[in-house]
Amino acid sequence: MAASIWVVVEQWQGQITDISFEALALGREVADTSKATLEAVLPGHQCAALAEQLGCADSVLCADHPALAEPVPETHAAALAELARQRQPRAILIPVTNTAMGVSTLLGALLDAPAVNFAIDLKATDGTLEARCVLYGGKVETRVRFSKQPAIIGLWPGARPADQGRSDRKPAVEQVQVSLPSEARVRLKRYIEPEAGEVDLTREDILVAVGRGIQSKDNMELAEELARALGGELCGSRPVVDQGWLPLSRQIGKSGLTVKPKLYLALGISGAPEHVEGMKNSGLIVAVNTDPQAPIFNVAHYGVVADALELVPALTEAVRARKG
Amino acid sequence: MNLLVLMRMVPDVVEELEIAPDGKSLDREALRLIASESDDHALEEALLLKERYGGKVTVVVPDAPEVGDLLYTAAAKGADRVIRLRGIKTGLGVAALARSCAAALQATPGLLPVNLILTGTQAIEDLDGLVAPLVAHHLGLPYIGVVTAVTEIADGKASVVKEFQAGYRGEFQIALPAVLGVQSAEKPPRYVPVAKVRAAMKSVKIEECEVPQPTPAALEGIEVLAMSKPEVAGRAAMLEGSPEEVAGKLCDLLAERGLL
Repeated sequence: MAASIWVVVEQWQGQITDISFEALALGREVADTSKATLEAVLPGHQCAALAEQLGCADSVLCADHPALAEPVPETHAAALAELARQRQPRAILIPVTNTAMGVSTLLGALLDAPAVNFAIDLKATDGTLEARCVLYGGKVETRVRFSKQPAIIGLWPGARPADQGRSDRKPAVEQVQVSLPSEARVRLKRYIEPEAGEVDLTREDILVAVGRGIQSKDNMELAEELARALGGELCGSRPVVDQGWLPLSRQIGKSGLTVKPKLYLALGISGAPEHVEGMKNSGLIVAVNTDPQAPIFNVAHYGVVADALELVPALTEAVRARKG
Repeated sequence: MNLLVLMRMVPDVVEELEIAPDGKSLDREALRLIASESDDHALEEALLLKERYGGKVTVVVPDAPEVGDLLYTAAAKGADRVIRLRGIKTGLGVAALARSCAAALQATPGLLPVNLILTGTQAIEDLDGLVAPLVAHHLGLPYIGVVTAVTEIADGKASVVKEFQAGYRGEFQIALPAVLGVQSAEKPPRYVPVAKVRAAMKSVKIEECEVPQPTPAALEGIEVLAMSKPEVAGRAAMLEGSPEEVAGKLCDLLAERGLL
């Protein structure tokens, strides 16, 4: 039997997530270059209809079990481990999202297999698999080679365009059984809807985003004045929200919103991958940071190495002067 | 309520990170180490739970340069016991680190059982796994990560809130004892004045604990081929000058694009 590459497909509110299609696109490339088959693994409950969308893969394994309806990492890892032991895939690609946080690690532990996080690329060269992973808040990339199978690859968003992983082709679908403990140790009690923000930031043309570099709550006023002068709205990265200086409804990135304004002005934001994920497709990105090595300058169109606190008042004044 | 917080020192990414001459690791001589950010939140959440339910907070940290500062700070914030784990190296090799930590927790009299083990949901050098699920796996305990609140502890169970995406969260029930990967505490990590840390240095004893079978911080089943600064598709055009000059240039750019 030909070796197989697996992509674990993630669902969110009954839909297949974009990152799953990104993973399929990458998995397709790796499968083709290594003459392996690509199998999509869809864990869930009564979701077989979604399998039709997974034509980028040669086949789909639908692992159906009532317990898999809940996004509980140890339940999903146990189901995947059982299937992997039976079918011995060569590699397993799993999206790294908040929902799936811990699944790839637990799967590696259960299978005694190597599991890497934060991968943005995967290649099959001369019979071995090589992954490229982002570490240290986006400041360092590490290339690693797997010496043991299955290789488990926790995939970061953006590895390939999601559209590349979509296909109209109808894949072969196989229903598979998994046995899971009847009593789960972790249960989902309820979903909590997003706190309603006063404005819908995803519809704004201009966003002024603040990060750790804003230094104190008092300085938020400076950024707010600039946002007002520009006719935009204020938002921020995780540290600012964790400090309670902005509500969660204004957080951009992994746990928060994904935005695409015409202008994204990043003040004192380092550009950790968790943040970049939520703003990288903005029309014009301008970044201000004191650290010339800050990863935000790798996604920004224009950059200023400066203390945002010094630049912002001058910019606010200049904007007001231009607007008259 | 017995709470154990597992923390770790990681490179401070605000500083320049140098790649070592072997091209496969960071030059750790040149690194400044700080507590991993989400570990700090795990400590804060544990202290908040102690305030709410009573009990004890024990902080355990694998040995690293400047680990003393972290432990004394934790004590000054309200931790009851602070323990340095000897024989483990931090760095890449999270799977080995977590296994050693779990073994040390089991081998040290008086550390387990606890009601909750809290640690950060992820750290910036978690190349080969996350500590929270690995420790849970080795101790046979349930796990949930990306936790931002513990809403209730009763009848051998905890209710916790976890973040998903786009502002959505979920409330989970987890059987105790359990391991939580904390994303952020319910309040920002408390500030502790330097004087209080100094006082802790005089009055608090850091306990030492040996790992039963010291493991090198080695990767297993994975070999690092190279470490480098990120390959980037493009890089920002940099604007220079005084704040007024830069502000003027930015306004020109915005005006050209009809954004002013």
